[in-house]
Amino acid sequence: MTHLELTGVSIDFPTPKGAFRALDNVNLKIARGEFISLIGHSGCGKSTVLNIVAGLYQASTGGVVLDGREVREPGPERAVVFQNHSLLPWLSAYQNVELAVKQVFRGTRSKAEMKDWIEHNLALVHMDHAMHKRPDEISGGMKQRVGIARALAMEPKVLLMDEPFGALDALTRAHLQDSLMEIQATLNNTVIMITHDVDEAVLLSDRIVMMTNGPAATVGEILPIELERPRDRIALADDARYNHYRHEVLSFLYEKQRHPVESGTSEAKKSKVAQDLQGNKTTEADDKAARAA
Amino acid sequence: MSTLNLSGRLPARDELPALLADMARTLMVPLIGLLVFLFAWHIAARNIDTSLGQFPGPVQVYEQSVNLVAEHNRERAKEAAFIERQEKRNAEKLAKDPTAEVRIRDYTGKPTFFDQIGTSLVTVMSGFVLASLLAIPVGILIGLNATLHAALNPLVQLFKPVSPLAWLPLVTMVVSALYVSDDPLFAKSFLTSLFTVTLCCLWPTLINTAVGVSGISQDLKNVSQVLRLSFLTHVVKIAIPAALPAMFTGLRLSLGIAWMVLIAAEMLAQNPGLGKFVWDEFQNGSSESLGRIMVAVLVIGLIGFLLDRAMLVLQKSISWDKNAVLR
Repeated sequence: MTHLELTGVSIDFPTPKGAFRALDNVNLKIARGEFISLIGHSGCGKSTVLNIVAGLYQASTGGVVLDGREVREPGPERAVVFQNHSLLPWLSAYQNVELAVKQVFRGTRSKAEMKDWIEHNLALVHMDHAMHKRPDEISGGMKQRVGIARALAMEPKVLLMDEPFGALDALTRAHLQDSLMEIQATLNNTVIMITHDVDEAVLLSDRIVMMTNGPAATVGEILPIELERPRDRIALADDARYNHYRHEVLSFLYEKQRHPVESGTSEAKKSKVAQDLQGNKTTEADDKAARAA
Repeated sequence: MSTLNLSGRLPARDELPALLADMARTLMVPLIGLLVFLFAWHIAARNIDTSLGQFPGPVQVYEQSVNLVAEHNRERAKEAAFIERQEKRNAEKLAKDPTAEVRIRDYTGKPTFFDQIGTSLVTVMSGFVLASLLAIPVGILIGLNATLHAALNPLVQLFKPVSPLAWLPLVTMVVSALYVSDDPLFAKSFLTSLFTVTLCCLWPTLINTAVGVSGISQDLKNVSQVLRLSFLTHVVKIAIPAALPAMFTGLRLSLGIAWMVLIAAEMLAQNPGLGKFVWDEFQNGSSESLGRIMVAVLVIGLIGFLLDRAMLVLQKSISWDKNAVLR
């Protein structure tokens, strides 16, 4: 059964030159408990897809349906882990999670239950030892852990992660990827994660959704990753299937969708949105691939 | 030796020059600046002759400050004696006839310099608190709502540069017309000064709060949206803490302006404060007047400085960002 469905999602941003089509006809069906990665070049509209699912942007045409209900606005059942943690700097880790928990469970859980639940989620991301520290007192990786704890504590139907580990060093990132796999194995959340990292995508995902370059970006190919869980990064490093999947993603990114040429025209610079999303025109082959998908 | 021995041990011989240089920087330089100023003042004052006699130099100003303290003490002694006499008289009256009506009169001696400082502080804080209570909520609303900002910004820009002296006649007339009471709780001159202060010191707090609130990062706004925070929770948990540093910048500017405006307002509204003290001394025109005005000038400057320091202490105690350098 389809849990989350994107049907014919397109979005236009207004620019001085007229509407700029950032996404064109994105179709995607996601089952409950599935881990999906969105991968593609910078500015291809991955974040836009995520923001539409989150409800922060509204699709110009098409729409998103979660469990039979259309997504119209942001809400805690689609929790977002932002790229730069987005913790409130004046609240401690505990208070940041508390804000979310109070908002979601007010009226349904007692104070003591909420306290336990906050501490449980911070323990889940291994942050129980520093839960009363403020964001400026902890490292980048720890902040991101708190961000994940905050999202998990909302008991979301879908966890949306916008390059959650993008700003972290490689070792911290590996730690957090392992934590995330652990958590996902326990909670069986549906996850949509944006990433630039091919290894991360193959290691974590059930399916990798590869996006074509913008403007009018869409789903290029979808690659199912049929590696049994739990996955071990060291064992997989020497695994032929793992390397095959990596090769598939790399060839999509660097052969079929070469890195977009930066557009230097002055008109393009007038609109920040347009500029951010500027890229190469998609080829016909990619459109076919999208339709096939 | 005690000032040098900060670390609790005797400094090694080779550390001494560095320590002395440090002390020179922190203590000697401001001291030299002060001495040079006093000397220049002394010389300049000797060469200025006014119709009220020679312009007061540092020595005369010191003498007048001693005088003002003495006057204050004399006045207090008189007041204590008055109250004592009254109590004694009333006690005697009651001893003769327990049903006798006893009248208690307030002492009506003239306010001393220190009484006037007190009045000025009460007036400035009332005006400042009233202005803050108006400016902070309006600033938050303007910062959150672009339409409201567009609607109110021209008005803010229009009224911001208006001098207190221009407001004062209007405020005086409005207070006289609207504040009609047989047993007034506040003197009209107090209210006139208060509202003039409020009107003039409203703007920095309002503008800075609005700027602080509108500068909340998109990430935090997204968090608020995903959590579906109510308007009130958004304001309390996100808008106010995010705007706090800018808000305090505004509050400190406002308090500075309030203190400056107050002196002018008191002078013209005849509110019994430092402004009135300066005005009365000027009208009095004795040979001591200029010296006493100069004492007032220095006290006004010192109080303004202390008010700003007090705000800084408040800001430091409230600020969530303990790494921020506040000065």
